[in-house]
Amino acid sequence: MSAPRRQGARESRVSARGALLSRWQQHVQTAADSLEKLRRSPGNALMTIAVIGIALLLPCALFVSVDNLSRLGGNMGGASQISVYLQQDVTDSEALEISEQLLTRRDIDAVRYISAEEAAREFAATSGLGDVIAALDSNPLPGALVITPSDVSTSLSSSLVSDLESLRGVDSVQLDLAWVERLQAFLGLARRASTGLMGILAIAVLFVVGNTIRLAIENRRAEIVVIKLVGGTNAYVARPFLYTGAYYGFAGGVFAWTLLAAILLALGGPATELLRLYGSEYSIRGLGATGSLLLLVGSTLLGWLGAWMSVRQHLSAIEPR
Amino acid sequence: MIKFDNVSKRYPGGHQALDQVNFELNAGEMAFLTGRSGAGKSTLLKLIMLMEKASQGQIFVNGKNLGRMPADRIPFYRRRIGVVFQDHQLLFDRNVFENVALPLQIEGYPRHEADRRVRAALDKVGLLKKEKMMPITLSGGEQQRIGIARAVVNRPQILLADEPTGNLDPELAAEIMQLFEQFNQVGVSLLIASHDLSLITRLRHRVLTLDKGRLIRDADSGVPGAAGQEH
Ligand SMILES: Nc1ncnc2c1ncn2[C@@H]1O[C@H](COP(=O)(O)OP(=O)(O)OP(=O)(O)O)[C@@H](O)[C@H]1O
Ligand SMILES: [Mg+2]
Repeated sequence: MSAPRRQGARESRVSARGALLSRWQQHVQTAADSLEKLRRSPGNALMTIAVIGIALLLPCALFVSVDNLSRLGGNMGGASQISVYLQQDVTDSEALEISEQLLTRRDIDAVRYISAEEAAREFAATSGLGDVIAALDSNPLPGALVITPSDVSTSLSSSLVSDLESLRGVDSVQLDLAWVERLQAFLGLARRASTGLMGILAIAVLFVVGNTIRLAIENRRAEIVVIKLVGGTNAYVARPFLYTGAYYGFAGGVFAWTLLAAILLALGGPATELLRLYGSEYSIRGLGATGSLLLLVGSTLLGWLGAWMSVRQHLSAIEPR
Repeated sequence: MIKFDNVSKRYPGGHQALDQVNFELNAGEMAFLTGRSGAGKSTLLKLIMLMEKASQGQIFVNGKNLGRMPADRIPFYRRRIGVVFQDHQLLFDRNVFENVALPLQIEGYPRHEADRRVRAALDKVGLLKKEKMMPITLSGGEQQRIGIARAVVNRPQILLADEPTGNLDPELAAEIMQLFEQFNQVGVSLLIASHDLSLITRLRHRVLTLDKGRLIRDADSGVPGAAGQEH
């Protein structure tokens, strides 16, 4: 639609004198006018904005929950260590050799060697059974390698554990990852659900905006006819509706963001308190700057797109007769 | 400037509104289009505005064949033609000033330039003092004059008017006709549909007479007796 418009401007007698407003200025004017129209009838607009906002809130809330849970899971990475118990006859130097070897693997982040003596000391310190250990003539505890996998979820599926088990000098491998595994599976599902929900609700937003714009077009049918009669292009007629759609989307995004922030504010305190009871320093995080920006830009685009679809469908049908 | 070549118009209902109409309006010419109600005057003007398409024949405006004009060119074509509509076609949620400013706004005139032109046009139709009023609060004649001001505000080369004096008293009607003649003197081509035979005959211009969609008379000037040609 832009090519003929430019051509037309060239043809018109005023532009020859350079008296035409730039497209940009015209856009600014239309944008301001559309905003003013919305401001004058806030009742209907607020209804639409609330519906859009709630539709956007659901996937956002789900996203934030998943995000927090997975970060919480990551935070508890300490719990997802793998303990490799060595056979009694493995010496310190041999153990260190094994640990060097393991460190070259990409799926391992860190390896800490706990010698049999250290293990005994630690056990004595934490259990308070130091006397019992001292009474024994030989140390019953084996040396161990404590391994931190680089990624909890992949280490489960990878051959890491079986590799460790087949290493020479290894007695047994112990990992308590079942809950991490379940959490990961659940989060994967939730992530997929939030993506799907986002898609469905984005379509809902398109329809809500589209329908609102359809009504606006219907209400202004007479005006559209007159504008077309005196030479308004489809693009010119469409422009205020597109701006209106974008405003609806943006306002819906702000509405969703505000609701989400309020919910996080209400839940954040108690949740952090609860986590502290479990010994975690984790605190609930919201959408963040990037997420917020994405929400607002996305919702604005959705509003614009909904209006565009509606305009495409309904505007060309209105011709002066 | 405007040329009708064997133009017929049949509405979807089957009514033959125009039947093989031929005429040519030269640049700078002023002509009246007359005929009884239902003769097809508005239809002829609508064809020129591309509000309707001819069923047969060809219409040329400025040498351009309207039948071949792509849809996206129509707005730019319309901007060069001023039209006074029989039913005014005003925007009732905008005041007089904004109504007249609409064509300039669409073309993107800067505010001060538009304001100047709108006031000049309103002054010509005697509505300068009512620029802030809403059209609905004005009389039929005043609404008609808003339409006239809007039609001339961007100084078109062609001016079409459908019963522009229909709601005006004789004095005001004569004034508006004078205004049209002024435009004609600066080179604007005019085609004015009107019932008002007494007014038409007084002004000596070309008269095209339609009857049941056919052009039955094309008189070089409004000679007395033109009315007699009508049934
Ligand atoms: N949209 C339409 N659909 C069907 N028939 C129409 C339509 N518009 C006009 N007509 C018919 O075409 C004929 C010519 O109508 P038109 O409006 O051109 O007449 P007119 O000469 O302007 O009359 P008036 O002086 O009353 O304005 C009329 O019989 C009318 O009923
Ligand atoms: Mg008519």
